Amino acid sequence: MPYIPHTDDDVAAMLAVIGVDSTAELFDEIPDGLLIDALPGIPAALTEAGITRLMRARAGRDGGAVSFLGAGAYEHYIPAAVWDIANRGEFYSAYTPYQAEASQGTLQLIYEFQTMMTGLTGLDVSNASLYDGASAFAEACLMAVRVNRKSKSRRMLVSRGVNPVYRAVARAIGGGQGIELVELPLDPAGRTDFDALTKFDGEAFAAVCLAQPTFLGTIEEADAITDWAHAHDMLVISICNPTGLALLRPPGEWGETGADIACGEGQPLGIPVSSGGPYFGYMVCRKPLLRQMPGRIVGRTVDIEGRPGFTLTLQAREQHIRRSKATSNICTNQGLMVTAATIYLSLLGAEGLRRTALQCHANTNLLAGKLAQLEGVSVAFDTYFHEAVIRFDRPVAALVDALGERGILAGYDLSEHYPELGNALLVCATDARTHEDIDAYVAATRSALDRSQAA
Amino acid sequence: MSEPVIFELSRAGRRAPTHAVAEVPAHTIPEALLRDAPPVLPEVSELQVVRHFTRLSQLNFSIDTEFYPLGSCTMKYNPKICNRLAMLPEFLERHPLGDVERGQGFLECMFELQEMLKAVTGMTAISLTPMAGAQGEFAGVAMIRAYHAARQDHERCEIIVPDAAHGTNPATATMCGCTAVEIPTGPDGDVDLDALRRVVGPRTAGIMLTNPSTLGVFERHITEVAEIVHSAGGLLYYDGANLNAILGRVFPADMGFDVIHVNLHKTFSTPHGGGGPGSGVVGVNDRLAAFLPVPIVGRTGADRFVWLTEQDLPQSIGRLSAFMGNAGILLRAYIYMRLLGRDGMRRVSEYATLNANYLMQQLVKAGFDVAFSERRASHEFIVSLKGIAGETGITAMDFAKALLDRGFHAPTTYFPALVAECLLIEPTETETRQDLDAFAAALIDIRDQARTDPDEVRAAPRTMPVRRLDDVRAARQLDLAWQGEPESS
Amino acid sequence: MSEVPDNLKYSSEHEWVRLEDDGSVVVGITDHAQAALGELVYVEVPEAGQTFNKGDACIVVESVKAASDVYAPVSGACQAANPALGDAPELVNQSPYEGGWLVRLQPSDPAELDELMDAEAYARLLAESGG
Repeated sequence: MPYIPHTDDDVAAMLAVIGVDSTAELFDEIPDGLLIDALPGIPAALTEAGITRLMRARAGRDGGAVSFLGAGAYEHYIPAAVWDIANRGEFYSAYTPYQAEASQGTLQLIYEFQTMMTGLTGLDVSNASLYDGASAFAEACLMAVRVNRKSKSRRMLVSRGVNPVYRAVARAIGGGQGIELVELPLDPAGRTDFDALTKFDGEAFAAVCLAQPTFLGTIEEADAITDWAHAHDMLVISICNPTGLALLRPPGEWGETGADIACGEGQPLGIPVSSGGPYFGYMVCRKPLLRQMPGRIVGRTVDIEGRPGFTLTLQAREQHIRRSKATSNICTNQGLMVTAATIYLSLLGAEGLRRTALQCHANTNLLAGKLAQLEGVSVAFDTYFHEAVIRFDRPVAALVDALGERGILAGYDLSEHYPELGNALLVCATDARTHEDIDAYVAATRSALDRSQAA
Repeated sequence: MSEPVIFELSRAGRRAPTHAVAEVPAHTIPEALLRDAPPVLPEVSELQVVRHFTRLSQLNFSIDTEFYPLGSCTMKYNPKICNRLAMLPEFLERHPLGDVERGQGFLECMFELQEMLKAVTGMTAISLTPMAGAQGEFAGVAMIRAYHAARQDHERCEIIVPDAAHGTNPATATMCGCTAVEIPTGPDGDVDLDALRRVVGPRTAGIMLTNPSTLGVFERHITEVAEIVHSAGGLLYYDGANLNAILGRVFPADMGFDVIHVNLHKTFSTPHGGGGPGSGVVGVNDRLAAFLPVPIVGRTGADRFVWLTEQDLPQSIGRLSAFMGNAGILLRAYIYMRLLGRDGMRRVSEYATLNANYLMQQLVKAGFDVAFSERRASHEFIVSLKGIAGETGITAMDFAKALLDRGFHAPTTYFPALVAECLLIEPTETETRQDLDAFAAALIDIRDQARTDPDEVRAAPRTMPVRRLDDVRAARQLDLAWQGEPESS
Repeated sequence: MSEVPDNLKYSSEHEWVRLEDDGSVVVGITDHAQAALGELVYVEVPEAGQTFNKGDACIVVESVKAASDVYAPVSGACQAANPALGDAPELVNQSPYEGGWLVRLQPSDPAELDELMDAEAYARLLAESGG
């Protein structure tokens, strides 16, 4: 019986102590009509060997392609030590650190994580994680509404440069509390249009929201937008790629006083793309706002002997105490992923992360440059971090299919969400891609374009 | 035993370079967009990282090392094979936006997981996307609201919640723009039906219930509760936190629930990870199927799987995550369910309930004050230490700390709030009788000590890496990030 | 036995009210309340100008274990909050009737002041509820 340790003797002894003849009697309070006696819809049990064969077969049908996909999930090299340590049973099978004395490992790790995130973003206080970047953005919108007392608005000005799925999730999660998203257009350089922003002068919004880099890979000039937002009683929410933060000016240094809430997707920090999850969302805010920040927070204190120690703090904001007036309903977050990210950041350090960022930028530059030499192909925007928009003279879907047949995931087709860009593909060449991979991509593209030209 | 904060180990210029990029490539980004100073991150060697985090792990309690009878958390063994197979490289390396043709293995697992979840709950449709129980609750209440709105029934904005409910329930009601209306629990542990009849009406969107309840007993009048709420036009939401007690024995659908969430990190043994990631998949009956959060796995033809999105479910409440939820966690749950099989699932509830009732009787016989001791325990039960607190001044909190010294993680304390000085104890099915006996012996020992040497109990823990922590200071003198200067020598 | 000064009025939610010469009222929580809450770590106060009806939640007092609402004992507008509470929320525990005052309100309906209890009535309330 998998994972049930009881012997017949155990069962007999236990039933005797309880004073019943069989385990069936233990369910005698359940109304008769509700009890079922079998689960026909569930297959019979497999052994470890059996499930191993099954999963290997299933896995064998997947993958096997070289990926140039980004669009919110990024493949980076992950040092071996990261998951070796994160998979230790003491991290993997530990519970939420409510009993602080039995959880100093997890608590100290989260404190170190919080410190690293404040360093990366340049803001003051980090939480212990949210579910993912998209839901973190939704929570940031809700937080901005709670915090912004000057403006009673529940409207957010959100750049078109923010990941379209993040905007959809913010609507789905924030809609129940009346959150409304109004779009800010992009300029010809693929960045938030400052002139368009200024046209909202006189209207009330809780916050202006920018992604850095944008979903299209471009790099925002955030200072003017930040100052304008603050001058008009709006908060600033940033959604930053954390690898990019090793290189780019962090949101804490935007404009005169910096962004107010920084959130985003932590997956690039030591977490494989893993078919879409689990990832983790991060959130960091300026100190005056911290009581409205959702999620757990770890604080450093001392014990009764004066020894330093760590504990969950400011829990009065959370669901288990504040209940209907909690800042959010979040309980379980993404603890194990934070563990991996903290180890990853410790191994790479600032210099390692910066070099990774630069390598990604260089690889994407190389790919974009070579593609632009093909007829009918151009690079849409001049300045980008590690993703570039490549324009073609024909719909990209067929091209993506053709490269797929050659074992290459060509990139993200932008025609659904950004039709104004024409036949456009978002490509990403990270540190995980080699020059050979890039050359193969270019050759496959040339071949596919020639072929369809000839057809 | 304590471990310095990793920044204290930093030395300027120290690197762990084996995986790092060798040469610094040139870039074409304007200077004005770049940061001036590098972020403060550790500067340590790989060996220092390995030692530091390994030692940190050794400061933790975990299921792998200690018994964790946390009520409502279902801290059962997390099988290693689930982790190993979920981390097969093809699953880990697959980009979520990659071609579905190269994801059929993963999608087939997800489809089968959906089917199995239907088969254990009696629901007709499942969405795997919510990333934790709380997100599942959000999805459930949002679907209930969407259902009423679709019927032009716009007055319904009250969610009924028992006073013993988990805090996420009323918090979720608020997140969905509803008001939480509390009803009391009766003295025998069942929801107060008269109170329920008084609060239902045209403003009732629905009720959120756990069954067995957070008091550790089965809600015997559940069919009547369903009847009352449905007649008033409301829907029923099942908080699946306690599903372990009835897995394979009762279908939530049969109890009258319209929507449920299942905590895969509880019932289906995915790892707790020090606070997540979890998964709060939702199941619905036909009434709500159109509103499920997307994406969902569909099947076209015998052997081909696809994602169903907003196009396929135009009334969906939308997306709750950037991709499709905690994929790796879903894989672990799938593997666990295949290992249990149809008989194994029924054994889960059988032995979880056996262990709880046995431990409960041991403590009743030892003279502890057990709530609802005349009723059957589900997979958990409550001990009230109010009497002992009155007699000795030793509280549930003191018991919890004293248990740590004896090598046990404490049970859930002070929840549900209805029972004073309570311990909510859930042994789960993966513990041996000997472990349960040892735990009972530890509680008896602490009680004895409370009577003879209460100061010693109050001094617990003594053997953990830290003594009791000053959490008032933690909240008043906020130290939430390391501020020290890195060493330069 | 908690302290119940004679010169104040009280609400059943354990708030005290002191009528000032200029017609405004100063509001705080009683000794009984601060003892029940435990050591406060934070007090969330309203902004000047915010108006409340009697019984509205207007302040949140936060301890490590709980965050509790404090209700407006009378209807009115907030004139000022105690500026010392930002750095020293423990003043509420140490000196609930003096240094730990919470807000000053301008009452909009003087009749409501008569609905409050006097010290003797409040002391009786405490005795009856075992506090």
